[in-house]
Amino acid sequence: MRHQYALCTDSIKRELVMTTSQESSLVLDTKGTLCPLPVLRTSQAIKQVKVGEVLEVLATDPGSKPDLTAWARMTGNELVDATEEPGNPKVYRFQIRRMK
Amino acid sequence: MTGLALVSQTKEAEAGKRANRLVLVVTKNTIDQVYPPLILATTAAASGLEVDIYFTFWGLKLLDKRSHTKTKLASVGNPSLPMPNILGVLPGMTAMATRMMKGQIKKYWPTIPEMMQQAKDLGVRFHACSPTMGLMGIQEKDLISLTDDIVGASTFLDWATSAGTATIFV
Repeated sequence: MRHQYALCTDSIKRELVMTTSQESSLVLDTKGTLCPLPVLRTSQAIKQVKVGEVLEVLATDPGSKPDLTAWARMTGNELVDATEEPGNPKVYRFQIRRMK
Repeated sequence: MTGLALVSQTKEAEAGKRANRLVLVVTKNTIDQVYPPLILATTAAASGLEVDIYFTFWGLKLLDKRSHTKTKLASVGNPSLPMPNILGVLPGMTAMATRMMKGQIKKYWPTIPEMMQQAKDLGVRFHACSPTMGLMGIQEKDLISLTDDIVGASTFLDWATSAGTATIFV
């Protein structure tokens, strides 16, 4: 799909960058997008880590914290950690463990 | 690590304490009345819910090949636009309002046809309202390939009144 916010697997793969962090297996950068893109992309990206591994999600959507919390509850994945980095815009960083 | 870990609520769904199916009714075909149900549908599907969308009245235009890509923003009777309401009736104003809105939306969201395709890829089912098809002279051959079936009020009510289903009318 031509759209830069398209959900197709190719664009997800392009955005998934292996990280040096010991905690997360993958980092998904959704900065600059609005609801529902952070959640939709997270739901695709979580399939790319193994059960038990941690996906890190970066977002600037101010609703991303309650939204990803709710998404994790509904899908049975574990939101391990959520932090905010001050700035303009504020950056939210989530650690989500794939549970199944 | 802060203690944000939460108990899975999918167990609640299994225990009947949470709906596991979302039924949306789309009755309008204006930008402001189409994005919200599509956002809810894609997010719900990505959250593990079964999702059905019932397209009726002007909403059915979204399943019609001839109007599938032509959703507009109303310039008449839309007091939220940043201009005197009376100007909305001038020729070309609907097209102008639509162009401006689509330009703004493009920065953040996929187009409506793209979003419908994404919904489909996530497993959302699209249903055409049978009486609306008769009313508007839309035939089965006019429907886009994303359409799952043609159903009427009884089928919709069967879904809407089932346990574990949440229904939203837009």
